[in-house]
Amino acid sequence: MKTYLIASIKMTLVLLVLLSGVYPALVAGIGKLSPGGGGGETVSRNGKVVGFANVGQAFTQDGYFQGRPSAVDYNAAGSAGSNKGPSNPDYLATVQAPIDTFLAHNPGVTRDQIPAELVTASGSGLDPHLSPQAAYLQVARVAQARNLPEQKVQALVQQHVEAPFLGILGPEKVNVLQLNLALDAVK
Amino acid sequence: MSTELLGVLVTYLLTLALAIPLGKYIARVYQGQKTLLDFLAPLERGLYRVSGIDPNREMNWKQHLLALLTINLVWFVLAFVILLTQGSLPLNPDGNPSMSPDLAFNTAISFLVNCNLQHYSGESGLTYFSQLTVITFLQFVSAATGMAAVVVLFNAFKEKSSEKLGNFFRYLVLSCTRILLPICLVIAAILAFNGTPTSFDGKADIVTLQGDSVQVSRGPAAGMIAIKHLGTNGGGWLGVNSAHPLENPNYLTNMTELVAQVLIPIAMVIAFGVYIRRKKLAWTIFGVMTVGMLLLLVPMLLSETGGSPTLAQLNLLQPTGAMEGKEVRFGPAISAYWSTVTTIISTGSVNAMHDSTMPLSGAMQLLGMFINCFYGGCGVGILNYFIFLIIAVFISGLMVGRTPEFLGKKVEAREMKIATIIALLHPLLILAGTALACFTLTNYPEADWAVKPSAWLNNPGFHGFSEMLYEFTSSAANNGSGFEGLGDNNVFWNVSTGFVLLLGRFLPIIGPVAIAGLLARKRYVPESAGTLRTDTATFGFMTLAVILIIAALAFFPALVLGPLAEYFTIY
Repeated sequence: MKTYLIASIKMTLVLLVLLSGVYPALVAGIGKLSPGGGGGETVSRNGKVVGFANVGQAFTQDGYFQGRPSAVDYNAAGSAGSNKGPSNPDYLATVQAPIDTFLAHNPGVTRDQIPAELVTASGSGLDPHLSPQAAYLQVARVAQARNLPEQKVQALVQQHVEAPFLGILGPEKVNVLQLNLALDAVK
Repeated sequence: MSTELLGVLVTYLLTLALAIPLGKYIARVYQGQKTLLDFLAPLERGLYRVSGIDPNREMNWKQHLLALLTINLVWFVLAFVILLTQGSLPLNPDGNPSMSPDLAFNTAISFLVNCNLQHYSGESGLTYFSQLTVITFLQFVSAATGMAAVVVLFNAFKEKSSEKLGNFFRYLVLSCTRILLPICLVIAAILAFNGTPTSFDGKADIVTLQGDSVQVSRGPAAGMIAIKHLGTNGGGWLGVNSAHPLENPNYLTNMTELVAQVLIPIAMVIAFGVYIRRKKLAWTIFGVMTVGMLLLLVPMLLSETGGSPTLAQLNLLQPTGAMEGKEVRFGPAISAYWSTVTTIISTGSVNAMHDSTMPLSGAMQLLGMFINCFYGGCGVGILNYFIFLIIAVFISGLMVGRTPEFLGKKVEAREMKIATIIALLHPLLILAGTALACFTLTNYPEADWAVKPSAWLNNPGFHGFSEMLYEFTSSAANNGSGFEGLGDNNVFWNVSTGFVLLLGRFLPIIGPVAIAGLLARKRYVPESAGTLRTDTATFGFMTLAVILIIAALAFFPALVLGPLAEYFTIY
């Protein structure tokens, strides 16, 4: 035991240098070469940072496309899902509220047109995406709030639909922040 | 086939394509044969010299276990002290506090035993210093510990085995320098170039497009996320683990993290076959494990892509499946696949919230952890499988009236006793723990803890029972995922799961290594026409049956009370 103890302590110290010192330093070095320089990729407008490319943010005004409900209100100093199970009696009410809000702000839309991701909380509370379907459903409202022709907004969404990875793997999606930035840029 | 299902298939095939050559490479590394990374030899010699270790001095199985337990004790003390004092240590740009003693106890053990159960959130519960010196460090060395232990088993079944079964410290170091570190650098680079942070900057303050001020937590995460998957650890840098858009920014990183966690468990099976020159046995084991995985994956895929019956009641569209707790960039299909592998492989990282998955998926997640050896954790997967294999050898031997033997070594009463104790330990820890939690909840709902028992459960009824069952299952299986609605940061859960974690880690390492050591000493009985062959499909089926019977008999009542009862209430 004693011989192993001393060897173990020494080995722990050298492994700490290797695994907790050298390794993260190497990774940080690699990260410096990446877009964003390792601090996370940001998105800027007129030289001012308005968000992280991959981190969702809250949009509540009618003139913006709105993302999914978030259990942390898109405050990225934390992260969480709702952790509500499907049999929870509160769950129906939890989902009902965003449905009602959505229907009130999007006249003409009926409940059976709403894709579930638009009214259910994401896993992280910071989901930056919508399905194309959920974005198209908001076109009429956004166009009206901004006094733009619907076709123009529709075309903008279409441009922002990201194809599956390599064209064949996984779902299609729309980055809400990028879409709204493009929307703000429309004259 | 939809693009979502194709994503699952391609991810799995890619894993296999990489695991097979990796397995052959791993066998070469432990056998000391030439490899491409031999330029690292001076570094390793330096490590041995500073530690005062002679890597060529062989150990018997008892010395192996003693060395393993001693160095693990050192790691525990180190981790516990750092977590208790992290608030006053450097590299704490967000000003996070030190941990309470019970949380530090739980966290130190949890990462020591490769479980990574987390009763804190990374954003506020750790500092960059503790993330690197406790979390990342233990993620490497706990994986290497499991790998070193399984090499002892490999040595025991080599053609001419003896009491001398190699050197523990050598296997530990080689696992880190030749296998884990190089692959992690590749994974970390992929993550970094896809948006995962690597720098030591603290939280970012930003004003969003519509004018809200928010903060974004980050830190040198990419390296840790690489080893958390490759080492089948699973503990996330940030609270929601790989559902977080910085930990897992896109479909490519998701595939990378999925491949990374399944890679070594499959490669180890291949390595076993190469190492002991019994490739057919390795493929039989791989076959059983794969069939087992499919038995869990298919129901999970169907129930997640089928959507939530609760939301169907509200007349909502669910074109891709159940989206509560899932991320749009992944979708339900690949999330169901993740959920399957993370529970059978003891990773425990998540890319979707398990608490919000459908009841049948919850049942499959629990079954994956009950069985805990379909591929299984880094190194320890084979150790767990080995226990079932010994039991299957014994039972089949009795059925056909032959002396039970495995690879020319007689399996006798002593080995069987150890195997039985280890097989029964797992249900005992889980069921007794869950019973204790239910008892506490019912009889002491107002106990004065950080979270009162009456406030533990985020969901009432059957699902609430599943939350508690899941927590103990995840602890005993050293998995680390959770039904995260459970209010688990209080003295009851921190201490009780802490002990379950310890027992659920070290006994299932000690048991199989002891059996292997005992068998290695025995005289080799040449195989003859009367030998029960263990590398046939028939024997594979027998092993699968033993696994399913032991898991189903022990856990079926608990499954009925939790996920199955929930299933019948909402469908």
